[in-house]
Amino acid sequence: MAVGTQYLAEQPRLRTSSMVLGAVAIAALMAAPFFFYPVMLMSVLCFALFACAFNLLIGYVGLLSFGHAAFFGGAAYFTAHAAKVWGWEPLTAILLGVAGAAVMGLVIGFVAIRRQGIYFAMITLALSQMFAFICLQVPFTHGEDGIQGVPRGHLLGFIDLNQPLTMYYVTLAIFLFGFFSIWRIVNSPFGNILKAIRENERRAVSLGYRVDRYKLGAFVMSAALAGLAGGTKAIVFQFATLTDVQWQMSGEVILMTLLGGIGTMIGPIVGAGLVIALQNYLAASAFPVTVLIGIIFVICVLLFRRGIVGEVLELMRRRGKNAS
Amino acid sequence: MSTIFGIPAPALYGQILIGLINGSFYAMLSLGLAVIFGLLRVINFAHGAQYMLGAFAAYLLLSWLGIGYWPALILAPLIVGAIAVVIEKTMLSRLYGVDPLYGLLLTFGLALILEGAFRYWFGAAGQPYSPPPQLTGAVNLGFMFMPIYRGWVVIASLVICLGTWLLIEKTRLGAYLRAATENATLVQAFGVNVPLLLTLTYGLGAALAGLAGVLAAPIYQVSPLMGSNLIIIVFAVVVVGGMGSILGAIVTGYVLGVLEGLTKVFYPEASSIVIFVIMAIVLLVRPAGLFGREE
Repeated sequence: MAVGTQYLAEQPRLRTSSMVLGAVAIAALMAAPFFFYPVMLMSVLCFALFACAFNLLIGYVGLLSFGHAAFFGGAAYFTAHAAKVWGWEPLTAILLGVAGAAVMGLVIGFVAIRRQGIYFAMITLALSQMFAFICLQVPFTHGEDGIQGVPRGHLLGFIDLNQPLTMYYVTLAIFLFGFFSIWRIVNSPFGNILKAIRENERRAVSLGYRVDRYKLGAFVMSAALAGLAGGTKAIVFQFATLTDVQWQMSGEVILMTLLGGIGTMIGPIVGAGLVIALQNYLAASAFPVTVLIGIIFVICVLLFRRGIVGEVLELMRRRGKNAS
Repeated sequence: MSTIFGIPAPALYGQILIGLINGSFYAMLSLGLAVIFGLLRVINFAHGAQYMLGAFAAYLLLSWLGIGYWPALILAPLIVGAIAVVIEKTMLSRLYGVDPLYGLLLTFGLALILEGAFRYWFGAAGQPYSPPPQLTGAVNLGFMFMPIYRGWVVIASLVICLGTWLLIEKTRLGAYLRAATENATLVQAFGVNVPLLLTLTYGLGAALAGLAGVLAAPIYQVSPLMGSNLIIIVFAVVVVGGMGSILGAIVTGYVLGVLEGLTKVFYPEASSIVIFVIMAIVLLVRPAGLFGREE
């Protein structure tokens, strides 16, 4: 049994209402920078996209990757290098980050999908740690300093990203593009086969599906989307450092997804928002963030494994059952 | 000065010794992981934190109570084991029915709590811990000088690994443990208290990590971060060895430690990643690991 099997996202009944909700959410996101600090909002958007990309793998294929920081941080390095050293236009630089993350996903995924479940988690963790060591040693990442002072530049040559509001709307556009790509993947025939693999891998094999190819495909897509988040982050915050590739980052994205709800479309976004808000809140106090993250992990695993959104949906489902 | 493959012999022996010592810790930790995983089906991410806890227990016993190395060698693993028993009873035991990934996530959270708390209290810098007076100094082995404490660590870890292996393979308790690993329901039906066995196993695995921590304290500095970096390498060791076999975990630990040491001599840049590269190669050639069996 894979993680997240308890809950299946497809409920056609919800379609119209979820479209209305989606429109409201997009309108709220458009208005948000007038009420909140845009930098924090952009941080939430980047991490929310990262968590959604991670969720594509755990929520819909049932594979727990403990190494997604490699794709996020790797893409951040590639994008930062292209924008700063080669002077690339920001969108092309981000696309280079995405391509780099996809290639890394292909290599790491090719090795990791040879094992399942718990081994898959350990292998992805080990391989991403290897990548972190490489990042520490190769010259272009500048070791402990990281790549600092990345220029935001002009999008497509004429949109000045140094304006905070412009940067925010570009980030929002990238986030929405990533989110709808994931939605499209999950609700495609390809996505249905992924869910079939999650539910019962042997049966999927016996139906004639080349399970390994589907898993690898999903892994590469998830890595590329994590790269989209990482590359965007590098342009928004104008730096790429070792923090982004280390295992703590992989742990954080797992926590965001777990807290929000594994296998739900909006759970990872809720989780990312909460974790970022908590980190910002705690940054001012003396309480160690790591301890709090650990405590949330323990509480989530012991008390609500479906996550916040997952529990709410489950509650709604039960109510619906009782009513009918 | 004699050279081997163009490398001065003392440098080569020195790195092999360092490799053996690192390997001793890989072996002890992967052994504990394998024992816990065998019965509980839980990958104990907190293993690195428990190793750190063992080292800190020795350090605090000395600095707060003046209790030295030799009693700490017994007391620290007991403390770590006792904490682990509480963790198993209150938290881990609730997760036995669900996907094993949740066990990994729970212990990951616990590792973050322990590490964060110790970092908060003691800072990220390491605390020195001196070896006991009986084990200070060095001996001349003819081809190299060896610090006595390092030799002791290699021998002690061999004894610990062998002892654990004998405990599992040759005693009645070990027989119960192996039987429960194969089929827990059946063993319970025969009147063996399986929940108690699970608790004891987790305690034993954690105590092994704590013992390794005490042994490590005089070699590496006692620091809150000493466990987390090590545990990821140990995961790779476990993947290479395959978790099916206790002996496999031990052998793989020593061999990979020595290989890592040799890499430091011949191609130092790669020494931090060599174990991961070996892991990737093993996965491509033999996905179940060198000593593992396909499930």
